[in-house]
Amino acid sequence: MMEELKARLGPEVLGLTVFLLAVMLVFSFLSDRFLTAANFGSVAVQLPELGILTLAMLLPILSGGLNLAIISTANISALTVAWVLQVNGGPEAGMGAFLLGAALALAVGGAAGFLMGAVTAISGAHPILVSLAMMIFLRGLGEYLTRGGDISGFPDFVAAIGHGSLFGIPAPLIVFLACVAVWQILLGRTRLGFFTYMVGSNIEATRYSGVDTKRALMLIYTLSGVMCAIAGIVMMARFNSVRVGHGEAYLLITVLACFLGGVDPFGGFGRVASVLLALVILQILSSGLNLLGANQHLSTAVWGLFLIAVMVLRFGWKRWFERKRGKT
Amino acid sequence: MAEQAARGAVLAMRGVSKTFGGVKALNDVSFTVRPGEVHCLAGENGSGKSTVIKIATGVYTADPGADIEIAGQSVAAPTPGLARRLGIAVIWQDLALFPEMTVAENIGFEALLGARPKPVARKRMRETAARVLARLGVALDPDAPLRSLPIAKRQIVAIARALVGEARLIFMDEPTASLTQAETDHLLEIVRSLSASGVAVVFVSHRLAEVLEVSSAVTVLRDGRLVGVFPTEGMTQSKLTELMTGQTFDSAVAARDRSAAPPVLELKGLTREGEYADIELTIRKGEILGITGLIGAGRTELGHTLFGMTRPDRGEIRLDGKPVRFRSNGQAIRAGVSYVSEDRLSLGLIQPQSIADNLSLTVLDRLLTAGLISPARKSSLVDHWIRELAVKIGTPADAVATLSGGNQQRIVLAKWLATEPRLLVLDAPTVGVDVGARAGIFAIIRRLAEQGLAILLISDEAPEVYFNADRVLHMAGGRIIGHYDPRATSLAELEQAVYA
Amino acid sequence: MRRLINANATEFWLILVIFALGLFLSLTTEQFFTLVNFTDLLNTSAVNLIFAMGLVVVLIAGAIDISFAVAASVVQYVAALALMALGGGNWVLGFFIAGACGVLLGAVNAALIHHFRIISIVVTIATFNVFFGLLMFFTRGVSIYNLPGWWSDRIILWEYETASGAWAEITLPVLVMVFAVIATWLLISHSSTGRQLYAYGDNPEAARRIGISPGAVQYIAFGWLGLMLGIAGLMQVNYAQEVVPNALFGRELDVLAAVVLGGARLGGGRGTVLGCVLGVLLIAITENGLNLLGVSPYAFKMVVGGIILAAITLSNLSLESLAGRRP
Repeated sequence: MMEELKARLGPEVLGLTVFLLAVMLVFSFLSDRFLTAANFGSVAVQLPELGILTLAMLLPILSGGLNLAIISTANISALTVAWVLQVNGGPEAGMGAFLLGAALALAVGGAAGFLMGAVTAISGAHPILVSLAMMIFLRGLGEYLTRGGDISGFPDFVAAIGHGSLFGIPAPLIVFLACVAVWQILLGRTRLGFFTYMVGSNIEATRYSGVDTKRALMLIYTLSGVMCAIAGIVMMARFNSVRVGHGEAYLLITVLACFLGGVDPFGGFGRVASVLLALVILQILSSGLNLLGANQHLSTAVWGLFLIAVMVLRFGWKRWFERKRGKT
Repeated sequence: MAEQAARGAVLAMRGVSKTFGGVKALNDVSFTVRPGEVHCLAGENGSGKSTVIKIATGVYTADPGADIEIAGQSVAAPTPGLARRLGIAVIWQDLALFPEMTVAENIGFEALLGARPKPVARKRMRETAARVLARLGVALDPDAPLRSLPIAKRQIVAIARALVGEARLIFMDEPTASLTQAETDHLLEIVRSLSASGVAVVFVSHRLAEVLEVSSAVTVLRDGRLVGVFPTEGMTQSKLTELMTGQTFDSAVAARDRSAAPPVLELKGLTREGEYADIELTIRKGEILGITGLIGAGRTELGHTLFGMTRPDRGEIRLDGKPVRFRSNGQAIRAGVSYVSEDRLSLGLIQPQSIADNLSLTVLDRLLTAGLISPARKSSLVDHWIRELAVKIGTPADAVATLSGGNQQRIVLAKWLATEPRLLVLDAPTVGVDVGARAGIFAIIRRLAEQGLAILLISDEAPEVYFNADRVLHMAGGRIIGHYDPRATSLAELEQAVYA
Repeated sequence: MRRLINANATEFWLILVIFALGLFLSLTTEQFFTLVNFTDLLNTSAVNLIFAMGLVVVLIAGAIDISFAVAASVVQYVAALALMALGGGNWVLGFFIAGACGVLLGAVNAALIHHFRIISIVVTIATFNVFFGLLMFFTRGVSIYNLPGWWSDRIILWEYETASGAWAEITLPVLVMVFAVIATWLLISHSSTGRQLYAYGDNPEAARRIGISPGAVQYIAFGWLGLMLGIAGLMQVNYAQEVVPNALFGRELDVLAAVVLGGARLGGGRGTVLGCVLGVLLIAITENGLNLLGVSPYAFKMVVGGIILAAITLSNLSLESLAGRRP
């Protein structure tokens, strides 16, 4: 039973659950407001943006790459929605215009991702460089289009999407959980997901096994781009505005969350469930510190320290395990 | 007795053990090399040969209790720097060179070592490189980046590096693996002249003929333990194999006449410039066709074309009588062609991933239900093939890297057999597979042929092809230059043709 | 000559592109080919070049550092506070404190990488967040403007009044940059230590077997980057005349892009000082040219990003991969 759960969710889940419980225990002693519905409500509201972006980062990392353009892709996609809404009357625009804009945004995000995947696959350039150049380009494009300013003045239902809830569950959280489910199925049960892991471990051996690895890379980055677009739309609904610089601080946090979730930095290994746990831990840490009067910056620092601590513990655990095996 | 042998020895190791994560890679091994001696270190993969080299050169530290003497000096735990200063040099199996640096820097890197910064004397390094290369009788541009050289030339660079210092003892770990026969002969010359000048050489090679030709004594290891030290005089290949594996093997020619069976693969005038030319051959249903020849003969390149990874410039490939032109290996697989790569470690399998995933990678399409991979079908596929090929595994979730060479090769075979091929191209299927496990691999291959599979067996080891194929082609310089029927030819004749 | 070009293909192409771009801008704009513009280019690029000199050493050794720019911000703040506590200080003290702080922060990264076997990207993404988060937390995002005069005053080393009445000036950061470039060049091309870094980045296992200490490699590479980021931080304050805690946030990726444009390879073993200089200059000249051409400043990054994307694609689709490997 335990073994099967471990096999299905990944080996990191157990350790991360212990971390999660430890963090919760510490904070519930430190603050009597920690174990309250209001606190968990705020976690639920903050989780989705970072979460969806992390899912967008997860796929490229698993394939042995990285996508540094996730934030700029998200913002360019959100700009697409904003543009469609503005053309259709700004605050008076209807739901149809929003849906059209969202569809276009997904296409724009996918196209940006596809371009990165294609360049990576065909030229063999390192994905860090390709996506870094793409990030600079898209951010520049966004700055050019918006002249560095905010775009706002959306119909009321946009804010409702960002702040509303369904059966008491915040709407962004529903979107996020849906995305998690899709990624879980993609990585666990589909051909592309399977190829993602194999490409991440050894792309040449995968190619020798008859897999069209170029196509796989293009699809991986396209899907990452689409996920960015979803994040962009959610961010737009949350802030009720679009701005090129929105969420830039999230970029490296998404990588941090993946590593914390036990994703192999070289690719090939990592599970959605453990990344989800890592995200929850990060948000709980952040909200707990918040209750103690710290600001977001201190949380950021603590996240970094937490990642270092976890990596050091993993190292120590491995050493200890080897020693123990050596004795028997 | 052991005390006496150690006196005057250039290297004397006694009671050496080494444990990795609970596994004993070496167990109380002693190893002694005298000045000017050519000594062979023999054993199967994983018998501990490389570990002995790495301990003697300070890359690994032996478990406590070992006694190591280099040039009469007792060394508790050698470091790479100390071992080098005491006159030990190594030609590593993986060469251990720096592709981005120049030939001169690779050869003369020793001048750049040391913790204290010092200026780089490029001119002196170039001169050193030129001197050593002249001694080896090879002309190489000292300023060329190493990455621009083919693998055989890199091997020469690795040899040159070992000759730079005033070495007393040179370890050569599979130094001939990618050399042509002429280059190998030249290297063996150098080994003899080194020996004559008092430098000891420890020679590790899987080519037993070579070993027996050049060395005067052989130390045999098995499973990390010392089997014994033997003089090479009077030693035969089969006796050495027996010592290494602890088993006896008798080989018999397995060739059969399949000329009545319908052809599966026909090649007509197949040519790819710079790789192979005018290849004409036919493989029939149930036939094993062997191709042998030296490194660089164009065998692997031919295999790549059959598998759709490269395209021929001229000529025709017919599969079951119909001409085919593959644009990718995916098409070749769908048409029924499978290819077992010679490079199992980096191309044949995805080492860190699980046995189950490696096995299902080629046939993922068949495991889908409603577009999703069915775990049940996947595990039944894996169970089937593990049983069918009698692979020894822990659980299917273990990484392939945890398996022995022979069992890994069975997984490779399984992943290709699962695609139900009509033609199986085997490129050096026993590289890195222990002598003991090879028989098992060939038993599987012969059984597959009996079931009607057409098999192209590529190998640079003539005996392997001779004993297992129905017909043998000799390839050299990209062309087929000889046809042999094992039933009408002796092994000596074939070896004479291929290696001389 | 031919071999020189083959061995330094990236540098050769960069020189060609920069030359072509320079020619084009000289013909289409009046200001490009002027002394004032050239000195401006040097003054604005100096800090990035010093960063690049540090980063390239880390890349050559096979590692990567994301944290160096925010580490420089930390150094600036610490140096400012320390110097004020010491009653103002002077340049010698400034260089010492900034250099020492930088090396210390670099050593933190090296220690985590070496002693706990965590790969550099994981370590430096973590330290990036730690450095930046703590800096913003303790400073509350407040800038420091009342710096000692010796530090924040512009120091003009050379000036020349052109015919048009404009002044061409070379400022202190340029001189420091020149020293950093020469020192880095000596380190990586002409010292045994530098060649050991290349060797380790090229093939770590081979380097270990030949007797190069992996720990020493990490400490030297990150220590050098630490020294450079400390100095760059010091110079950036001199250039900007203030200490703003988030001024350098995001700079790490710009510098990284310039350094790889200059031919350094992620994964180690490849990279030159000349390539770095050319990479930084190409981006600076592009932005400068767009400015002179009257293009909207909002479009600069877009064009630069497009150029880098094209350069990466083309340089990887080199003759080797197009002609060498037939399908």
